[in-house]
Amino acid sequence: MLLQIHEPGQTPTPHATERGVAIGIDLGTTNSVVAIAAGETPEVLRDENGKALVPSVVAYGEDGSVEVGEGARRRLLDDPGAVVGSIKRLMGRAAGELKHLGGTLPYEVEPADDQGGMVRIRVQDRRLSPVEVSADILRALRARAETSLGQTVTEAVVTVPAYFDDAARSATKDAARLAGLTVLRLVNEPTAAALAYGLDKGAEGLYAIYDLGGGTFDISLLRLEKGVFQVLATGGDAALGGDDFDHLIAERFLAERKAQGLVHRPSIGEAKQVLAAVRLAKECLSTQERGEWRIELGGETSRHALDRATVESLIRPLLARTLSITQSALEDAGFRPTEVQGVVLVGGSTRLPLVRRELGTLFGREPLADIDPDEVVAVGAALQARALTRGEGTLLLDVTPLSLGIETMGGIVEKVIPRNSPIPVAMAQEFTTYQDGQTGMLLHVVQGERETVAECRSLGRFELKGIPPLTAGAARIRVTFAVDADGLLTVSAEEKTTGVSAAIEVKPSYGLGEDEMARMLRESMEHAQEDMERRLLIEARVEAERVLLALAAALKAEGELATPEERAQLQNLAHEIRKAAAGADRDLINGLVERLEETGRPFAQRRVDRALQGALAGHRLDEVEADMAPDARAAAGSGSSGAARTSSRVPAAPRND
Amino acid sequence: MTEAAGGDSGAPHACWSCHGPITAAALFCHVCGAVQPPRPLDAFARLGFPGRFEVDAAEIDKRYRGLQQRLHPDRFTKRSPRERAIAESQAMSLNDAYETLKDPLKRAALLLERAGRSSPIGENRTIQDPALLMEAMEVREALAAATDLAAVEAIGKRAAAEDRRCIEALGAAFGAGELDKASRQLTALKYWRKLAEEIRGRRAAIAHGAG
Repeated sequence: MLLQIHEPGQTPTPHATERGVAIGIDLGTTNSVVAIAAGETPEVLRDENGKALVPSVVAYGEDGSVEVGEGARRRLLDDPGAVVGSIKRLMGRAAGELKHLGGTLPYEVEPADDQGGMVRIRVQDRRLSPVEVSADILRALRARAETSLGQTVTEAVVTVPAYFDDAARSATKDAARLAGLTVLRLVNEPTAAALAYGLDKGAEGLYAIYDLGGGTFDISLLRLEKGVFQVLATGGDAALGGDDFDHLIAERFLAERKAQGLVHRPSIGEAKQVLAAVRLAKECLSTQERGEWRIELGGETSRHALDRATVESLIRPLLARTLSITQSALEDAGFRPTEVQGVVLVGGSTRLPLVRRELGTLFGREPLADIDPDEVVAVGAALQARALTRGEGTLLLDVTPLSLGIETMGGIVEKVIPRNSPIPVAMAQEFTTYQDGQTGMLLHVVQGERETVAECRSLGRFELKGIPPLTAGAARIRVTFAVDADGLLTVSAEEKTTGVSAAIEVKPSYGLGEDEMARMLRESMEHAQEDMERRLLIEARVEAERVLLALAAALKAEGELATPEERAQLQNLAHEIRKAAAGADRDLINGLVERLEETGRPFAQRRVDRALQGALAGHRLDEVEADMAPDARAAAGSGSSGAARTSSRVPAAPRND
Repeated sequence: MTEAAGGDSGAPHACWSCHGPITAAALFCHVCGAVQPPRPLDAFARLGFPGRFEVDAAEIDKRYRGLQQRLHPDRFTKRSPRERAIAESQAMSLNDAYETLKDPLKRAALLLERAGRSSPIGENRTIQDPALLMEAMEVREALAAATDLAAVEAIGKRAAAEDRRCIEALGAAFGAGELDKASRQLTALKYWRKLAEEIRGRRAAIAHGAG
């Protein structure tokens, strides 16, 4: 036997798994952190001063230069018009959605060119999308990792708030692509934190992860058990965090100035300065009982005394909201607070003593902060990056945080996938037409828990055309929602009555268009084309490896069914494939693989025939029929319980071509 | 590596990867080791449970996690895109089966479906049961009138108690083979679940209003 035999999982082609170290990135609203888990213990990457936190702040110079991190944050005070912070709050947001953030964004926001697209911000004379600004931060983190490792880094696990919706997740993935990083997995921040505690501290049992960052709040309940991290329920608020505390305090200071008779109205830049001062005051009061701060704006100076009790009374209503969300998540998972074995603190805002006290009261136990709340998410991301590249036993089973649905008549949301469904998930529902002869249907995809479309987040609209003209209610349009393990949604629809099924597959159309993304990739000078080519080549090699393994296994098991000529031909081709896989000609590899599959067909047929002759007689007819059932993969998502979710509904918007 | 998920069927199938014969129930090809696409099994069969309303929740968790450990796409990150896609559809099928078996409402609906009954969930059927209808109206009015958390909690407690009662009644009905009764209890359970969502919404509205 000339063929090399490999056990499944081993690699015959050296290139197939040739991968560098994958990094873990916590892309935060206020600060970001990058970590690696190359050796036994994960390591957070620090700057020369030992600081792990990279402020998520980008300064754009007039000369086109870009500075990220501490330096950019320092420039915030001198040159506020050139500096952008808290960009995470805008990820995947359209201009119209920013009203509820009213006044909390200290920079100029403009609507996108296309309706419903992501907002743009105006910095210097540049017009930037939040994806580009995030990509600049990711590039800086990537550079820190490359400097530290002394090698190129192209793969990462990037974390997102569990409560991020589909648009924000998608935007995050795009930002990583722009920064030249392949996202191995988007991991929810609390899940990453749980992973860090589970793997690093050996935690097991039911855990609550309370994650209060600069701009987002998440609560997740997980069961940790022998390497399996199962999220049972998650909840949160994608627009609630330490930034909001800062704003409340800033408003108080500004009101005090007004009361002192000062008339200067702060500019956007000055507002940023006030916020920076307020943040320091807040952090100071986490350890001190009281203090006094001085603010100078437009030549007018004011003094502000503040104590911890006052800060706590200001933020208590916001904290009450996080506790109410926490209780709902517990209810969703079917647990009482006292059943939780550990409460893990994540995010800088959990340093506030009030947060720890309130959680202690709710859960009846002291919360855990063994791992630095600012670093724990990046550590978890690095551990997951290692698990995914090395194929370790760790497994994350996460859920979708928000229900996904379709708009039906009267602006009512018909939920297709309920919140807290384990992912990946695919579910389908049938809808029908409501006008005679209707040949098109506009499908509006929304995300959220409310009953009406107006109160949910719109993810996109798409049109299904070519429905056969039938009487109203006769067409059967099956809409399938699939959420992958990154939490990203794909929607497809097909019309089933006529047997001719028109199917379309849509990524919801928010945020950046494909054209725009392609342009940015070109401009990003990250050699996008080369990256793509390299990826396709690696995939061709992996596929070649699979085919060679399959052939080797088949010849070993039932080689006597191959004629000597076939065997010689197959081995010849296998040899050529191995040679080709060592090179870089993707088409050559793919062509040879196809030829091998073709050449091996008679051999495969003989194997099946022999098994049929041997086995068929011994089996009942119904077993054979059961195997003739419709395509297993098509039925995969809905299973046979699909009927429970299948009902005829009328989507709101009929369309006639 | 061959195994049965549910009723074993030995009729030959072809492995998509090495094209050789495998049993229909195989999760992996015994020759080349390739993961196989999920079969169209219902939730009980996929996780290997008999079609009964009473289930061992811990055992469901154990089997589900054991299968995900082997079939989840994260186990296939180094394999070909096609294997990853197949693993993803396996994971989707497992998640669907898990959600169905864990939830008494979905489990009951599946049992009725297995018995050839049309499922009362998934359709916004009007409530036929006059007693339930009366109760529904009464509770909805109370919820609309509730202005503080304590009042909402009281209604929530009642809904939770009714939820438990329905599940017990479902168990009894299925145990006695009384499918009409089971069907009625399922409708009631569905109603209480819907109300629980409304209670949640009301509570959140009050909590946010206070904040």
